[in-house]
Amino acid sequence: MPDFWFFLEVLVGGLLSGTMYALVALGFVLIYKASSVFNFAQGAMVFFAVLSFVGFMELGLPFWAALPVTVGLMILVGMGTERFVLRPLVNQSEDTLLMATIGLAFVIEGVAQLAWGVDVRRLDLGIRDEPINWVMDKTGMLVSQLDVTAALVAGIMVAALALLFSHTKVGRGLRAVADDHAAALSIGIPLKHIWMLVWATAGVVALVAGMLWGARSGVQFALVWVALKALPVLIIGGFTSVPGVILAGLIVGAIEKIGEVFIGPYVGGGIEGWSPYMLAVLFLLIRPEGLFGEKIIRRV
Amino acid sequence: MLYREAGQFRTSYAQDSQIFPLRQDRVGIAILLIAAVMLPFVANSYWLSAILIPWLVLSLVALGQNILMGYAGQLSLGSAGFMAVGAFACYNLILRIDGIPFVVAVALSGVCAALVGIVFGLPSLRIRGLYLAVATLASQFFIVWALDKFGWFKNYDPAGVITAQPIVMFGHNFATPREKYWVVLAIVAVLALLAKNMARGSVGRGWMAVRDMDVAAEVMGFSLLRTKLQAFAISSFYCGVGGALFAFAYLQTVEPSAFGIDLSFRILFMVIIGGLGTIMGSFLGAGFILLMPIFLNIFFHSAFGKSVDATITSALEQVIFGVMIIMFLIFEPLGLARLWQLTKERLRLWPFKH
Repeated sequence: MPDFWFFLEVLVGGLLSGTMYALVALGFVLIYKASSVFNFAQGAMVFFAVLSFVGFMELGLPFWAALPVTVGLMILVGMGTERFVLRPLVNQSEDTLLMATIGLAFVIEGVAQLAWGVDVRRLDLGIRDEPINWVMDKTGMLVSQLDVTAALVAGIMVAALALLFSHTKVGRGLRAVADDHAAALSIGIPLKHIWMLVWATAGVVALVAGMLWGARSGVQFALVWVALKALPVLIIGGFTSVPGVILAGLIVGAIEKIGEVFIGPYVGGGIEGWSPYMLAVLFLLIRPEGLFGEKIIRRV
Repeated sequence: MLYREAGQFRTSYAQDSQIFPLRQDRVGIAILLIAAVMLPFVANSYWLSAILIPWLVLSLVALGQNILMGYAGQLSLGSAGFMAVGAFACYNLILRIDGIPFVVAVALSGVCAALVGIVFGLPSLRIRGLYLAVATLASQFFIVWALDKFGWFKNYDPAGVITAQPIVMFGHNFATPREKYWVVLAIVAVLALLAKNMARGSVGRGWMAVRDMDVAAEVMGFSLLRTKLQAFAISSFYCGVGGALFAFAYLQTVEPSAFGIDLSFRILFMVIIGGLGTIMGSFLGAGFILLMPIFLNIFFHSAFGKSVDATITSALEQVIFGVMIIMFLIFEPLGLARLWQLTKERLRLWPFKH
């Protein structure tokens, strides 16, 4: 049954790339949960992080040294964002904050290009984007090593973050802040530190996501658009739910690939570019709060 | 001393609801209009075709975005998509209907964009804020993709970049930059006046009520369905007309790639920097966003000579844009229009302190 295996191959490929979307979307959720900021600059952060990483390696730093340096840099970026963009805008509407992060995205993209240039870089993580042999022998499916690794890394990140949220003091603080800033502040949770921490974590998540994407498709400006693909993932999963985002990432990845391969040829191809968004819009019409998002209750 | 309302009494309702109640404002607007009409006699064709025409056109689009975002409070990231609809509608109308006057074609392409806008505005009935932003992003990507993929829109032109037809009206071909400028100016002036009147009338009050609190507006008897879709339709109409003019009077080509998401962001920035919910702000913001890169370029060339790499200036431009956006949001969320208002307040007292 070659057709069945082909379908399965497309499905698995979609699911695996879906985990990478989920990883990018995770950065959004982290920040949104803690500060109700929809961080449009997450894509720019992904780009900046991995570009800096490659840049440091080009400057002669070995892998193990470039990693902590980049992590440090991303923490600085996160702290700077909190201090210079979010703190002055505290208590503004969500729309205002969104627009501010669009501005931030421009700044980060510009700085990244000023600092490291605009050339497409290659990032070699030592994992090749080749099919795994024994899967191919057994079933005839082409499943990339890189995709599987990326999925594993994404899984580990998610598990670590879930543990952080549910089992540590910091995580409790994060959840308290997410529920109600003022109440959290009044019982002595250091809001500023929490926000810095969240932005720094989001920066690290951005780095990991960027490395995985970069290893696959080259380190280039287009990574910013990859991150935009995380938006429908967020919509479907709900802005505040980590498991929702994971599931939505898988759904979006799978539908995008299946749509492109099986429906695309009938309309001239290239529907990958918008099919996730359309899916998200349809989803919104039926269930505006997403899969696991909190129900939106509006009061006058 | 010059700008004050002392001595100007309104004695009837008609006077009270005038569009420009102050005599000084009326004189100012008249001077501005005359100056705008006379400008081509002074300005050279570079100024006309590279700065003034795009300024007017983008002001119109910013006006559309402002109606949706500033007045009706619906965040949209898809304005360039509606511009694309307008541009392609205009191309096809002129192509397929013999002898259609340009103005009619432009108006009809605005109507096409409005219809598309209504379709993509439907989600706004269920969702708001960030979610809506993503939904409009969907329209942006989908429209540009569809215009690119389906050959009919491009008349099966293999090149991908279509030369826009000449602007013909009443048997006359408006070919020179000067004539094009007048056409654009006339359309923009009429539509801006229309927008001003809508904004200060019952239509605009409906939008603002929905913007400030949609549930409360609904309780007060505004139909959300009507008000929101109306805002989407009118906003897209402006974007569509703007898009048609953008392609025909400025670019002279019709191509989907000119209407990418970058343009949407630039229009968003125009509205933020110019001032949300003001007609004036759309013009100021468009001018600012359009002129700043040009000034930056001139500045770099005079400061560092020709040696500066174009990629560096464009990256720097991006950084400066971003910083400006953040600064405006922090320090002057109401934009350049607010600065103008403050100046007017000062002028009323000047030269006295109180």
